[in-house]
Amino acid sequence: MRIPFMTPVIFILGALLLVAGLWRMDTSPERIWLGLTKLGWLVALMWPPSAGGVFWELLKSLLESLAMAFLGTLLAAVIAVPLALLGAGNVIGNIMLRFSARRFYDGLRGIDTLIWALIFVAAVGMGPFAGILALAVPDIGVLAKLFSEALEGADRRQVEAVRAAGANRVLAVRIGLLPQVSPVMLSQMLYTLESNARSSTVLGIVGAGGIGLALSDRIRINNWDEVAFIILLILGMVACIDWASRKLRLKLIRPAS
Amino acid sequence: MGEVSISRLVQGLPLAGAYIAGTLPSLRLDHLSGDLAHWMWGFTDWLELLADTILIAYVGTVLGGLVALLLSFPAAATLAPAWIVMPVRRFLELLRTIPTLVLALIFVYAFGLGAFAGMLAIAVHTAGALGKLFAEEHENASLAQMEAVRAAGGTWTAQMRFGIFPQSLPGVLSYGLLRFEINVREASVLGIVGAGGIGEELYLAVRQFEYQDISAILLLILATVAAIDLLCGRLRHIVLGKAGA
Repeated sequence: MRIPFMTPVIFILGALLLVAGLWRMDTSPERIWLGLTKLGWLVALMWPPSAGGVFWELLKSLLESLAMAFLGTLLAAVIAVPLALLGAGNVIGNIMLRFSARRFYDGLRGIDTLIWALIFVAAVGMGPFAGILALAVPDIGVLAKLFSEALEGADRRQVEAVRAAGANRVLAVRIGLLPQVSPVMLSQMLYTLESNARSSTVLGIVGAGGIGLALSDRIRINNWDEVAFIILLILGMVACIDWASRKLRLKLIRPAS
Repeated sequence: MGEVSISRLVQGLPLAGAYIAGTLPSLRLDHLSGDLAHWMWGFTDWLELLADTILIAYVGTVLGGLVALLLSFPAAATLAPAWIVMPVRRFLELLRTIPTLVLALIFVYAFGLGAFAGMLAIAVHTAGALGKLFAEEHENASLAQMEAVRAAGGTWTAQMRFGIFPQSLPGVLSYGLLRFEINVREASVLGIVGAGGIGEELYLAVRQFEYQDISAILLLILATVAAIDLLCGRLRHIVLGKAGA
Protein backbone atom coordinates (compact mmCIF):
# COMPACT_ATOMS: atom_id res chain seq x y z
CA MET A 1 0.00 0.00 0.00
CA ARG A 2 1.40 3.34 -1.04
CA ILE A 3 -0.43 5.50 1.49
CA PRO A 4 -0.82 3.41 4.64
CA PHE A 5 -1.79 6.32 6.91
CA MET A 6 -4.81 7.13 4.72
CA THR A 7 -6.35 3.68 5.06
CA PRO A 8 -7.47 3.97 8.72
CA VAL A 9 -8.84 7.49 8.04
CA ILE A 10 -11.00 6.19 5.16
CA PHE A 11 -12.05 3.25 7.31
CA ILE A 12 -13.14 5.46 10.22
CA LEU A 13 -14.99 7.90 7.96
CA GLY A 14 -16.79 4.99 6.30
CA ALA A 15 -17.81 3.53 9.65
CA LEU A 16 -19.04 6.94 10.87
CA LEU A 17 -21.17 7.34 7.74
CA LEU A 18 -22.58 3.87 8.34
CA VAL A 19 -23.57 4.74 11.92
CA ALA A 20 -25.03 8.08 10.84
CA GLY A 21 -27.05 6.30 8.16
CA LEU A 22 -28.42 3.73 10.56
CA TRP A 23 -29.30 6.50 13.02
CA ARG A 24 -31.15 8.45 10.34
CA MET A 25 -33.16 5.34 9.45
CA ASP A 26 -34.37 5.08 13.08
CA THR A 27 -32.59 1.81 13.65
CA SER A 28 -32.98 0.49 17.16
CA PRO A 29 -32.51 -2.96 18.70
CA GLU A 30 -36.23 -3.15 19.56
CA ARG A 31 -37.20 -2.32 16.01
CA ILE A 32 -34.92 -4.99 14.59
CA TRP A 33 -36.13 -7.52 17.12
CA LEU A 34 -39.79 -6.71 16.50
CA GLY A 35 -39.28 -6.84 12.75
CA LEU A 36 -37.46 -10.14 12.90
CA THR A 37 -40.22 -11.68 15.03
CA LYS A 38 -42.78 -10.48 12.52
CA LEU A 39 -40.65 -11.79 9.66
CA GLY A 40 -40.38 -15.21 11.30
CA TRP A 41 -44.13 -15.21 11.75
CA LEU A 42 -44.57 -14.37 8.04
CA VAL A 43 -42.25 -17.17 6.96
CA ALA A 44 -44.23 -19.58 9.16
CA LEU A 45 -47.43 -18.39 7.45
CA MET A 46 -45.83 -18.94 4.03
CA TRP A 47 -45.67 -22.69 4.61
CA PRO A 48 -47.08 -24.57 2.79
CA PRO A 49 -47.13 -22.50 -0.43
CA SER A 50 -50.49 -22.59 -2.14
CA ALA A 51 -51.77 -21.40 -5.49
CA GLY A 52 -55.06 -20.39 -3.90
CA GLY A 53 -56.99 -22.24 -6.61
CA VAL A 54 -55.94 -19.87 -9.40
CA PHE A 55 -52.84 -21.71 -10.61
CA TRP A 56 -53.63 -21.23 -14.31
CA GLU A 57 -54.24 -17.52 -13.90
CA LEU A 58 -50.93 -17.14 -12.10
CA LEU A 59 -49.16 -19.14 -14.78
CA LYS A 60 -50.73 -16.94 -17.43
CA SER A 61 -49.48 -13.75 -15.79
CA LEU A 62 -46.06 -15.35 -15.35
CA LEU A 63 -45.99 -16.08 -19.08
CA GLU A 64 -47.10 -12.50 -19.68
CA SER A 65 -44.01 -11.33 -17.73
CA LEU A 66 -41.85 -13.61 -19.85
CA ALA A 67 -43.43 -12.34 -23.09
CA MET A 68 -42.83 -8.75 -21.95
CA ALA A 69 -39.18 -9.55 -21.26
CA PHE A 70 -38.76 -11.17 -24.67
CA LEU A 71 -40.52 -8.44 -26.66
CA GLY A 72 -38.79 -5.69 -24.67
CA THR A 73 -35.38 -7.17 -25.44
CA LEU A 74 -36.24 -7.57 -29.12
CA LEU A 75 -37.56 -4.02 -29.46
CA ALA A 76 -34.49 -2.65 -27.67
CA ALA A 77 -32.11 -4.61 -29.92
CA VAL A 78 -33.84 -3.47 -33.12
CA ILE A 79 -33.52 0.18 -32.08
CA ALA A 80 -30.05 -0.25 -30.58
CA VAL A 81 -28.31 -1.46 -33.77
CA PRO A 82 -28.57 1.83 -35.74
CA LEU A 83 -27.83 3.81 -32.56
CA ALA A 84 -24.74 1.67 -31.95
CA LEU A 85 -23.46 2.49 -35.44
CA LEU A 86 -23.76 6.17 -34.53
CA GLY A 87 -21.74 5.64 -31.36
CA ALA A 88 -18.96 3.49 -32.83
CA GLY A 89 -15.72 5.32 -33.58
CA ASN A 90 -14.78 3.24 -36.62
CA VAL A 91 -18.13 3.83 -38.35
CA ILE A 92 -18.79 7.48 -37.66
CA GLY A 93 -15.77 9.74 -37.71
CA ASN A 94 -17.54 12.76 -36.23
CA ILE A 95 -16.42 13.05 -32.59
CA MET A 96 -19.19 15.45 -31.53
CA LEU A 97 -21.91 13.16 -32.86
CA ARG A 98 -20.31 10.15 -31.21
CA PHE A 99 -19.92 11.92 -27.87
CA SER A 100 -23.54 13.10 -27.79
CA ALA A 101 -24.77 9.64 -28.84
CA ARG A 102 -22.90 8.07 -25.90
CA ARG A 103 -24.23 10.61 -23.37
CA PHE A 104 -27.71 9.88 -24.69
CA TYR A 105 -27.26 6.15 -23.97
CA ASP A 106 -26.03 7.01 -20.47
CA GLY A 107 -29.18 9.03 -19.90
CA LEU A 108 -31.43 6.15 -20.93
CA ARG A 109 -29.54 3.77 -18.65
CA GLY A 110 -29.43 6.13 -15.67
CA ILE A 111 -33.17 5.88 -14.98
CA ASP A 112 -34.47 2.62 -13.54
CA THR A 113 -36.89 0.38 -15.46
CA LEU A 114 -39.55 0.88 -12.80
CA ILE A 115 -39.49 4.67 -13.23
CA TRP A 116 -39.90 4.23 -16.98
CA ALA A 117 -42.80 1.90 -16.18
CA LEU A 118 -44.45 4.61 -14.06
CA ILE A 119 -44.09 7.08 -16.90
CA PHE A 120 -45.34 4.73 -19.61
CA VAL A 121 -48.30 3.60 -17.54
CA ALA A 122 -49.30 7.25 -17.24
CA ALA A 123 -48.66 7.84 -20.95
CA VAL A 124 -50.08 4.76 -22.73
CA GLY A 125 -52.26 3.24 -20.01
CA MET A 126 -51.96 0.21 -17.74
CA GLY A 127 -51.02 -3.18 -19.11
CA PRO A 128 -48.16 -5.16 -20.60
CA PHE A 129 -47.63 -2.71 -23.45
CA ALA A 130 -46.37 -0.09 -20.98
CA GLY A 131 -44.18 -2.79 -19.45
CA ILE A 132 -42.60 -3.68 -22.79
CA LEU A 133 -41.73 -0.04 -23.47
CA ALA A 134 -40.38 0.38 -19.93
CA LEU A 135 -38.11 -2.66 -20.33
CA ALA A 136 -36.97 -1.61 -23.80
CA VAL A 137 -35.97 2.01 -23.13
CA PRO A 138 -33.14 1.52 -20.61
CA ASP A 139 -32.03 -1.58 -22.57
CA ILE A 140 -31.64 0.53 -25.69
CA GLY A 141 -29.03 2.47 -23.74
CA VAL A 142 -27.28 -0.66 -22.46
CA LEU A 143 -27.31 -2.53 -25.77
CA ALA A 144 -26.32 0.48 -27.87
CA LYS A 145 -23.30 1.00 -25.63
CA LEU A 146 -22.28 -2.68 -25.67
CA PHE A 147 -22.90 -3.01 -29.42
CA SER A 148 -20.84 0.05 -30.24
CA GLU A 149 -17.98 -1.25 -28.10
CA ALA A 150 -18.20 -4.58 -29.94
CA LEU A 151 -18.15 -2.76 -33.28
CA GLU A 152 -15.05 -0.83 -32.30
CA GLY A 153 -13.29 -4.07 -31.41
CA ALA A 154 -13.99 -5.58 -34.85
CA ASP A 155 -11.32 -6.33 -37.42
CA ARG A 156 -10.75 -3.43 -39.81
CA ARG A 157 -9.37 -5.48 -42.71
CA GLN A 158 -12.63 -7.18 -43.63
CA VAL A 159 -14.34 -3.80 -44.00
CA GLU A 160 -11.51 -2.59 -46.20
CA ALA A 161 -11.72 -5.73 -48.32
CA VAL A 162 -15.40 -5.11 -49.01
CA ARG A 163 -14.68 -1.43 -49.76
CA ALA A 164 -11.86 -2.46 -52.14
CA ALA A 165 -14.29 -4.69 -54.00
CA GLY A 166 -16.24 -1.54 -54.81
CA ALA A 167 -19.01 -1.55 -52.22
CA ASN A 168 -20.38 1.66 -50.73
CA ARG A 169 -20.13 2.49 -47.01
CA VAL A 170 -23.50 1.02 -46.05
CA LEU A 171 -22.70 -2.28 -47.74
CA ALA A 172 -19.25 -2.32 -46.15
CA VAL A 173 -20.85 -2.06 -42.71
CA ARG A 174 -23.48 -4.66 -43.56
CA ILE A 175 -21.13 -7.26 -45.09
CA GLY A 176 -17.76 -6.42 -43.58
CA LEU A 177 -18.63 -5.36 -40.04
CA LEU A 178 -21.95 -6.77 -38.79
CA PRO A 179 -21.20 -10.49 -39.43
CA GLN A 180 -18.09 -10.18 -37.27
CA VAL A 181 -19.96 -8.87 -34.26
CA SER A 182 -23.33 -10.61 -34.58
CA PRO A 183 -22.41 -13.53 -32.25
CA VAL A 184 -21.28 -11.03 -29.60
CA MET A 185 -24.45 -9.01 -30.10
CA LEU A 186 -26.66 -12.08 -29.75
CA SER A 187 -24.92 -13.15 -26.59
CA GLN A 188 -25.36 -9.66 -25.12
CA MET A 189 -29.04 -9.81 -26.05
CA LEU A 190 -29.31 -13.08 -24.13
CA TYR A 191 -27.81 -11.42 -21.05
CA THR A 192 -30.32 -8.61 -21.41
CA LEU A 193 -33.12 -11.16 -21.71
CA GLU A 194 -32.00 -12.78 -18.44
CA SER A 195 -31.99 -9.42 -16.71
CA ASN A 196 -35.39 -8.51 -18.17
CA ALA A 197 -36.90 -11.81 -17.06
CA ARG A 198 -36.11 -10.67 -13.51
CA SER A 199 -37.23 -7.05 -13.95
CA SER A 200 -40.48 -7.95 -15.70
CA THR A 201 -41.73 -9.77 -12.60
CA VAL A 202 -41.95 -6.56 -10.54
CA LEU A 203 -43.37 -4.18 -13.14
CA GLY A 204 -46.90 -5.24 -12.26
CA ILE A 205 -46.53 -3.44 -8.91
CA VAL A 206 -47.02 -0.14 -10.77
CA GLY A 207 -49.60 -1.61 -13.16
CA ALA A 208 -47.36 -2.40 -16.12
CA GLY A 209 -48.44 -6.02 -16.60
CA GLY A 210 -47.09 -9.41 -15.57
CA ILE A 211 -47.04 -11.35 -12.33
CA GLY A 212 -46.05 -8.41 -10.11
CA LEU A 213 -49.63 -7.23 -9.74
CA ALA A 214 -50.75 -10.59 -8.34
CA LEU A 215 -47.77 -10.60 -6.00
CA SER A 216 -48.29 -7.11 -4.55
CA ASP A 217 -52.03 -7.80 -4.17
CA ARG A 218 -51.37 -10.98 -2.19
CA ILE A 219 -48.97 -9.08 0.09
CA ARG A 220 -51.53 -6.32 0.61
CA ILE A 221 -54.25 -8.76 1.69
CA ASN A 222 -51.84 -10.92 3.74
CA ASN A 223 -52.17 -14.18 1.79
CA TRP A 224 -48.64 -15.23 2.58
CA ASP A 225 -48.96 -18.83 1.38
CA GLU A 226 -49.85 -17.49 -2.06
CA VAL A 227 -46.99 -14.97 -1.88
CA ALA A 228 -44.59 -17.85 -1.27
CA PHE A 229 -46.07 -19.74 -4.22
CA ILE A 230 -45.67 -16.79 -6.57
CA ILE A 231 -42.08 -16.20 -5.43
CA LEU A 232 -41.32 -19.88 -6.10
CA LEU A 233 -42.89 -19.55 -9.57
CA ILE A 234 -40.67 -16.53 -10.28
CA LEU A 235 -37.55 -18.34 -9.05
CA GLY A 236 -38.40 -21.31 -11.27
CA MET A 237 -38.95 -19.12 -14.33
CA VAL A 238 -35.70 -17.21 -13.76
CA ALA A 239 -33.77 -20.48 -13.34
CA CYS A 240 -35.23 -21.86 -16.60
CA ILE A 241 -34.36 -18.70 -18.55
CA ASP A 242 -30.82 -18.65 -17.15
CA TRP A 243 -30.33 -22.29 -18.07
CA ALA A 244 -31.67 -21.89 -21.61
CA SER A 245 -29.71 -18.73 -22.19
CA ARG A 246 -26.47 -20.34 -20.98
CA LYS A 247 -26.99 -23.26 -23.38
CA LEU A 248 -27.65 -20.92 -26.29
CA ARG A 249 -24.65 -18.77 -25.46
CA LEU A 250 -22.34 -21.77 -25.41
CA LYS A 251 -23.67 -22.72 -28.85
CA LEU A 252 -22.97 -19.20 -30.10
CA ILE A 253 -19.41 -19.09 -28.82
CA ARG A 254 -18.51 -22.55 -30.17
CA PRO A 255 -20.67 -22.96 -33.27
CA ALA A 256 -21.09 -26.62 -34.23
CA SER A 257 -17.57 -27.77 -33.43
CA MET B 1 -49.57 -12.19 -25.15
CA GLY B 2 -48.22 -8.70 -24.67
CA GLU B 3 -51.32 -7.19 -26.29
CA VAL B 4 -49.10 -5.56 -28.86
CA SER B 5 -49.95 -4.78 -32.39
CA ILE B 6 -48.20 -2.51 -34.79
CA SER B 7 -51.16 -0.14 -34.69
CA ARG B 8 -50.94 0.09 -30.90
CA LEU B 9 -47.25 0.76 -31.15
CA VAL B 10 -47.82 3.47 -33.73
CA GLN B 11 -50.60 4.96 -31.60
CA GLY B 12 -48.71 4.61 -28.35
CA LEU B 13 -45.39 6.13 -29.28
CA PRO B 14 -46.72 9.63 -30.07
CA LEU B 15 -48.72 9.47 -26.83
CA ALA B 16 -45.56 8.65 -24.91
CA GLY B 17 -43.72 11.38 -26.81
CA ALA B 18 -46.44 13.93 -26.06
CA TYR B 19 -46.40 12.93 -22.40
CA ILE B 20 -42.66 13.36 -22.12
CA ALA B 21 -42.86 16.68 -23.94
CA GLY B 22 -45.58 17.73 -21.50
CA THR B 23 -43.27 17.18 -18.55
CA LEU B 24 -40.69 19.61 -19.85
CA PRO B 25 -40.75 23.00 -18.13
CA SER B 26 -41.24 26.24 -20.02
CA LEU B 27 -37.97 28.06 -19.55
CA ARG B 28 -37.95 31.52 -21.11
CA LEU B 29 -34.73 33.35 -21.61
CA ASP B 30 -36.00 36.74 -20.38
CA HIS B 31 -36.92 35.49 -16.91
CA LEU B 32 -34.84 32.35 -16.68
CA SER B 33 -34.17 32.49 -12.94
CA GLY B 34 -37.87 32.86 -12.13
CA ASP B 35 -38.80 29.93 -14.36
CA LEU B 36 -36.01 27.83 -12.93
CA ALA B 37 -37.16 28.58 -9.39
CA HIS B 38 -40.72 27.66 -10.35
CA TRP B 39 -39.57 24.39 -11.92
CA MET B 40 -37.25 23.41 -9.07
CA TRP B 41 -39.59 24.62 -6.31
CA GLY B 42 -38.96 21.59 -4.10
CA PHE B 43 -35.20 21.65 -4.61
CA THR B 44 -34.10 21.49 -0.94
CA ASP B 45 -36.62 18.78 -0.06
CA TRP B 46 -35.60 16.78 -3.08
CA LEU B 47 -31.92 17.13 -2.27
CA GLU B 48 -32.60 15.77 1.21
CA LEU B 49 -34.50 12.82 -0.25
CA LEU B 50 -31.68 12.19 -2.70
CA ALA B 51 -29.20 12.20 0.18
CA ASP B 52 -31.43 9.64 1.90
CA THR B 53 -31.43 7.56 -1.27
CA ILE B 54 -27.64 7.55 -1.43
CA LEU B 55 -27.49 6.73 2.28
CA ILE B 56 -29.83 3.75 1.80
CA ALA B 57 -27.60 2.52 -1.01
CA TYR B 58 -24.43 3.08 1.03
CA VAL B 59 -25.57 1.36 4.22
CA GLY B 60 -27.15 -1.46 2.21
CA THR B 61 -23.98 -1.98 0.19
CA VAL B 62 -21.71 -1.97 3.26
CA LEU B 63 -23.85 -4.31 5.37
CA GLY B 64 -24.63 -6.60 2.43
CA GLY B 65 -20.97 -6.52 1.42
CA LEU B 66 -19.86 -7.59 4.90
CA VAL B 67 -22.25 -10.55 4.88
CA ALA B 68 -21.08 -11.37 1.35
CA LEU B 69 -17.46 -11.30 2.48
CA LEU B 70 -18.14 -13.68 5.37
CA LEU B 71 -20.03 -16.10 3.14
CA SER B 72 -17.67 -15.83 0.16
CA PHE B 73 -14.85 -17.84 1.80
CA PRO B 74 -16.97 -20.97 2.40
CA ALA B 75 -18.43 -20.48 -1.12
CA ALA B 76 -15.04 -20.64 -2.88
CA ALA B 77 -14.48 -24.09 -4.37
CA THR B 78 -10.71 -23.98 -3.88
CA LEU B 79 -10.89 -23.05 -0.20
CA ALA B 80 -13.65 -25.15 1.35
CA PRO B 81 -14.86 -28.76 1.02
CA ALA B 82 -17.58 -29.41 -1.55
CA TRP B 83 -20.27 -30.23 1.01
CA ILE B 84 -19.96 -26.71 2.42
CA VAL B 85 -19.55 -24.92 -0.91
CA MET B 86 -22.77 -26.26 -2.44
CA PRO B 87 -25.29 -25.16 0.23
CA VAL B 88 -23.61 -21.77 0.69
CA ARG B 89 -23.75 -21.14 -3.07
CA ARG B 90 -27.41 -22.17 -3.26
CA PHE B 91 -28.16 -19.81 -0.37
CA LEU B 92 -26.41 -16.89 -2.11
CA GLU B 93 -28.33 -17.71 -5.30
CA LEU B 94 -31.60 -17.57 -3.41
CA LEU B 95 -30.71 -14.17 -1.91
CA ARG B 96 -29.96 -12.61 -5.28
CA THR B 97 -32.82 -14.15 -7.28
CA ILE B 98 -35.68 -12.63 -5.29
CA PRO B 99 -36.20 -9.17 -6.82
CA THR B 100 -35.19 -6.30 -4.50
CA LEU B 101 -38.61 -4.74 -4.83
CA VAL B 102 -40.35 -7.91 -3.66
CA LEU B 103 -38.03 -8.05 -0.65
CA ALA B 104 -38.80 -4.39 0.01
CA LEU B 105 -42.55 -5.08 -0.06
CA ILE B 106 -42.13 -7.88 2.48
CA PHE B 107 -39.75 -5.88 4.71
CA VAL B 108 -42.03 -2.84 4.66
CA TYR B 109 -44.69 -5.12 6.08
CA ALA B 110 -42.39 -6.56 8.75
CA PHE B 111 -40.31 -3.51 9.76
CA GLY B 112 -42.75 -0.73 8.97
CA LEU B 113 -42.66 1.99 6.30
CA GLY B 114 -39.42 3.83 5.76
CA ALA B 115 -35.82 3.72 4.71
CA PHE B 116 -34.84 0.88 7.05
CA ALA B 117 -36.90 -1.68 5.10
CA GLY B 118 -35.46 -0.47 1.80
CA MET B 119 -31.92 -0.63 3.14
CA LEU B 120 -32.47 -4.22 4.31
CA ALA B 121 -33.86 -5.24 0.91
CA ILE B 122 -30.80 -3.81 -0.81
CA ALA B 123 -28.47 -5.43 1.73
CA VAL B 124 -30.00 -8.89 1.19
CA HIS B 125 -29.76 -8.68 -2.60
CA THR B 126 -26.23 -7.25 -2.40
CA ALA B 127 -25.10 -10.09 -0.11
CA GLY B 128 -26.25 -12.61 -2.71
CA ALA B 129 -24.79 -10.82 -5.72
CA LEU B 130 -21.45 -9.87 -4.16
CA GLY B 131 -21.01 -13.17 -2.34
CA LYS B 132 -20.74 -14.99 -5.66
CA LEU B 133 -18.37 -12.43 -7.21
CA PHE B 134 -16.16 -12.31 -4.10
CA ALA B 135 -15.98 -16.12 -4.05
CA GLU B 136 -14.81 -16.14 -7.68
CA GLU B 137 -12.23 -13.52 -6.76
CA HIS B 138 -10.95 -15.76 -3.92
CA GLU B 139 -10.82 -18.75 -6.28
CA ASN B 140 -8.48 -16.81 -8.56
CA ALA B 141 -6.06 -16.12 -5.71
CA SER B 142 -2.87 -18.16 -5.60
CA LEU B 143 -2.89 -20.88 -2.95
CA ALA B 144 0.84 -20.58 -2.22
CA GLN B 145 0.40 -17.79 0.32
CA MET B 146 -2.34 -19.72 2.08
CA GLU B 147 -0.05 -22.77 2.29
CA ALA B 148 2.63 -20.56 3.86
CA VAL B 149 0.23 -19.41 6.57
CA ARG B 150 -0.83 -23.00 7.18
CA ALA B 151 2.82 -24.08 7.42
CA ALA B 152 3.33 -21.40 10.07
CA GLY B 153 0.50 -23.00 12.07
CA GLY B 154 -2.37 -20.65 11.12
CA THR B 155 -5.99 -21.78 11.54
CA TRP B 156 -8.41 -21.81 8.57
CA THR B 157 -9.60 -18.31 9.53
CA ALA B 158 -6.01 -17.04 9.68
CA GLN B 159 -5.24 -18.67 6.33
CA MET B 160 -8.17 -16.83 4.76
CA ARG B 161 -7.42 -13.53 6.48
CA PHE B 162 -3.67 -13.41 5.76
CA GLY B 163 -3.24 -15.81 2.82
CA ILE B 164 -6.21 -15.15 0.53
CA PHE B 165 -7.87 -11.87 1.50
CA PRO B 166 -4.90 -9.56 0.72
CA GLN B 167 -4.82 -11.01 -2.80
CA SER B 168 -8.52 -10.60 -3.50
CA LEU B 169 -8.91 -7.21 -1.77
CA PRO B 170 -8.61 -5.04 -4.92
CA GLY B 171 -11.19 -7.16 -6.72
CA VAL B 172 -13.48 -7.11 -3.70
CA LEU B 173 -13.32 -3.31 -3.42
CA SER B 174 -13.85 -2.86 -7.13
CA TYR B 175 -16.95 -5.09 -7.19
CA GLY B 176 -18.22 -3.35 -4.07
CA LEU B 177 -17.98 0.05 -5.74
CA LEU B 178 -19.70 -1.28 -8.87
CA ARG B 179 -22.50 -2.65 -6.71
CA PHE B 180 -22.85 0.70 -4.96
CA GLU B 181 -23.52 2.36 -8.34
CA ILE B 182 -26.23 -0.20 -9.10
CA ASN B 183 -27.71 0.17 -5.62
CA VAL B 184 -28.07 3.94 -5.96
CA ARG B 185 -30.25 3.29 -9.02
CA GLU B 186 -32.26 0.64 -7.21
CA ALA B 187 -32.69 2.84 -4.13
CA SER B 188 -34.23 5.54 -6.33
CA VAL B 189 -37.31 3.35 -6.93
CA LEU B 190 -37.78 1.83 -3.47
CA GLY B 191 -40.01 4.74 -2.45
CA ILE B 192 -42.69 3.43 -4.82
CA VAL B 193 -43.44 0.67 -2.31
CA GLY B 194 -42.91 2.98 0.68
CA ALA B 195 -39.33 1.97 1.46
CA GLY B 196 -37.77 5.44 1.60
CA GLY B 197 -35.81 7.73 -0.69
CA ILE B 198 -36.75 9.92 -3.65
CA GLY B 199 -39.01 7.30 -5.32
CA GLU B 200 -42.03 8.20 -3.22
CA GLU B 201 -41.94 11.84 -4.29
CA LEU B 202 -41.62 10.81 -7.94
CA TYR B 203 -44.49 8.35 -7.59
CA LEU B 204 -46.67 11.12 -6.14
CA ALA B 205 -45.73 13.48 -8.94
CA VAL B 206 -46.67 10.91 -11.61
CA ARG B 207 -49.88 10.00 -9.79
CA GLN B 208 -51.01 13.60 -9.38
CA PHE B 209 -49.98 14.61 -12.91
CA GLU B 210 -47.52 17.24 -11.65
CA TYR B 211 -45.82 17.13 -15.02
CA GLN B 212 -43.02 19.58 -14.34
CA ASP B 213 -42.11 17.95 -11.04
CA ILE B 214 -41.57 14.66 -12.88
CA SER B 215 -38.94 16.11 -15.17
CA ALA B 216 -37.31 18.07 -12.34
CA ILE B 217 -36.97 14.98 -10.11
CA LEU B 218 -35.82 12.79 -13.02
CA LEU B 219 -33.14 15.33 -13.90
CA LEU B 220 -31.92 15.35 -10.28
CA ILE B 221 -31.84 11.54 -10.17
CA LEU B 222 -29.91 11.43 -13.44
CA ALA B 223 -27.40 13.99 -12.18
CA THR B 224 -26.92 12.07 -8.93
CA VAL B 225 -26.46 8.75 -10.70
CA ALA B 226 -23.98 10.28 -13.14
CA ALA B 227 -22.01 11.89 -10.29
CA ILE B 228 -21.88 8.60 -8.34
CA ASP B 229 -20.81 6.67 -11.47
CA LEU B 230 -18.03 9.16 -12.12
CA LEU B 231 -16.81 9.07 -8.51
CA CYS B 232 -16.89 5.27 -8.33
CA GLY B 233 -15.13 4.98 -11.68
CA ARG B 234 -12.28 7.13 -10.34
CA LEU B 235 -12.08 5.15 -7.10
CA ARG B 236 -12.07 1.86 -9.02
CA HIS B 237 -9.15 3.04 -11.11
CA ILE B 238 -7.23 3.94 -7.96
CA VAL B 239 -8.01 0.58 -6.30
CA LEU B 240 -7.11 -1.50 -9.36
CA GLY B 241 -4.11 0.68 -10.22
CA LYS B 242 -2.68 0.12 -6.74
CA ALA B 243 -2.91 -3.62 -7.23
CA GLY B 244 -1.02 -3.39 -10.51
CA ALA B 245 1.83 -1.29 -9.10
